[in-house]
Amino acid sequence: MNIFDMIGPIMVGSSSSHTAGAARAGYVARMLLGEEPVKAVVTLSGSFAQTYQGHGTDRAIIGGILGFSPSDLRIRNSFEEAKRNHLSYTFQMEELENTAPNTAKIELQGVNGAVISTIISSVGGGVVQVVRINDADVKFSAEYPTTVVFNDDKPGIVAKVSEYFASHHINIAFMRLFRREEGQEAIMVIESDQKVGKEILESLRQSEHINKVIAIEPF
Amino acid sequence: MKEFNSIRELVTQAEAHHCPISRIVIDNQMNYLKKTEDELHLQMDEHLQVMWEAYQNGYQEMKSPSGLSGGMAKKYHQSTVSGKLLSPLTKEAITIALSISEYNACMGRIVAAPTAGSCGILPAVLFSVSNTFQLERKKTLDALFHSAGVCMVIAKNASISGAEGGCQAECGSAAAAAASAAVELMGGTPEMSAHACALALKFVMGLVCDPVAGLVEVPCVKRNASGAVNALTAAELALSGIESAIPVDEVIEAMKNVGTMMPCALKETAQGGLAATKTARKISERVHGR
Repeated sequence: MNIFDMIGPIMVGSSSSHTAGAARAGYVARMLLGEEPVKAVVTLSGSFAQTYQGHGTDRAIIGGILGFSPSDLRIRNSFEEAKRNHLSYTFQMEELENTAPNTAKIELQGVNGAVISTIISSVGGGVVQVVRINDADVKFSAEYPTTVVFNDDKPGIVAKVSEYFASHHINIAFMRLFRREEGQEAIMVIESDQKVGKEILESLRQSEHINKVIAIEPF
Repeated sequence: MKEFNSIRELVTQAEAHHCPISRIVIDNQMNYLKKTEDELHLQMDEHLQVMWEAYQNGYQEMKSPSGLSGGMAKKYHQSTVSGKLLSPLTKEAITIALSISEYNACMGRIVAAPTAGSCGILPAVLFSVSNTFQLERKKTLDALFHSAGVCMVIAKNASISGAEGGCQAECGSAAAAAASAAVELMGGTPEMSAHACALALKFVMGLVCDPVAGLVEVPCVKRNASGAVNALTAAELALSGIESAIPVDEVIEAMKNVGTMMPCALKETAQGGLAATKTARKISERVHGR
C-alpha cells in the first residue's frame, strides 16, 4: 500500500469520487482522443447526475478534458477556460445502463477531426475505470502508464506489439484485448511498469494494421 | 522492513527497534516505493504545505457552489466566546478543521487525509499541537507518516470510506490516525498511541454518513471540527495512561462489522439520517432544482 494514497492525493475538492475522479475521467477521455478537443458532449449518469452542481462534477470533467490534473485549481473556472481554449460543450442527464453509480459518457471531437466516445466510471478515491471506448466494452484504470492500440482485428498484431515492448525493456503489467465483432476494430490496452517512450509509440504507429496509438501517463 | 497488518504489529515493531511508529512506517515505505528517506520527506512536505495553504485560504470569506459552506472558521475564531470553554489549542484545532473542510467544500485544493470528506481533521490536530509546542517541521512530517501508517491498517482491516462504512470509517479513521500521531508528537509511547487510536474510534462507533443533498458539506464540515476534538480527547486520555479496555485491532474489526451492518441509506447515499429530514430535502430541492 502506498502511503500517499492515505495522506493524499492532493486534489481540488469537494469529493474524491465526484470531483477528483470526474476530472480524471475527463483527462483520460482527452488522452484517448489523442488531439486537442474542440467539442464535448457529456452525459452524466447515476449519482453524477443527481449531485453534480454541488460537487463541481461538471466543471471537473471539463477541466480534465482541457488537460487539467485533479489538483489543478483552474478546474474551478474550467467553463471560462473552455471558452478561452475554444472548446464547446454540452451536458445531458441520462441513466446509462449497467454502469457504476458515478459514471459519465464523454464524447469528444478533436481539432483535426478525430472523434471518440467513452464511458468512464469514478470508482472512489479519485480512481476511474474506463468501461467503454466507441463500441467496445473495455476495462482499465489508467493508473499505470497505459498504451491503447486501435488496430484491425488480424492475427500477429499482439505478437508484434509485445515484441516492441520487450525489445525496449518495458515490462507489461497487464494486457487486455477487446473487440466488438470478429474482423472489426480491435482495442489493445497495455498497462506497463515503465513509461513507454516516443520511439516505441512512433514505431507502432508506422506498423501495418495499427490505426491509432495512444499513451496515457498517470499523474 | 516487514509489512504491518495490524496496529499491534506496528507497536511491536516500534518497541523491538526502540523507535517511534513513524520510523517503522517510513522504513516500510522506503522499501515499498523504492525511495530514499529524503525523497519521502520532500514529497510529504509538499502535502503538508498544501494542508497549510488550505487552512490559510479556507479562513477567508468564500461560499461553496451550493451556498451551504463558507465563512464559519473565521466566524468561530473571531467570536468572543471561542476558547471560553475549550483550551487555546483546541480552539486552534477547531478553526483549522473548519477552514480546511470548508475550503474543500468550496472546491479549494486540499490533501485527502485519508479522504476529502475528512480532510480537516489530521492537519487540525497536527498543526495545533506543533504550533502550540513549537515543534520542528520534521516532527510534524513524521507525525503525518505515523498517521498514514494507522490509516493503512484501518483501510486494510476495515474501511476509510463513508460509502463503505459510514462516517465512523471516514471521520473516525482520520481522528484515530490523528490521535495516534498526536501521542507520538507529545512524546508518548507506541502503546499509548494504540490506545489513543482505539479510543478515537470508539467515540464515534456507529456514526452514519448522511450528507445533506449528497454534498460533502452538512454535516461533514462540522464533523471535521468534532473529529479534531475527538482526536485530542483520545490523545490526552491515552497520554495520561488511560487505556482502551478493548484492544485497538478488535475495535477496528468491530468498526468494520458495524459498517457492514449499517443499511445503505446511511452510507453516503443521502437517503437516511440528516439527509432524509424535511429541511435537508428542502435544501436538496434548492441546490439541485428538484
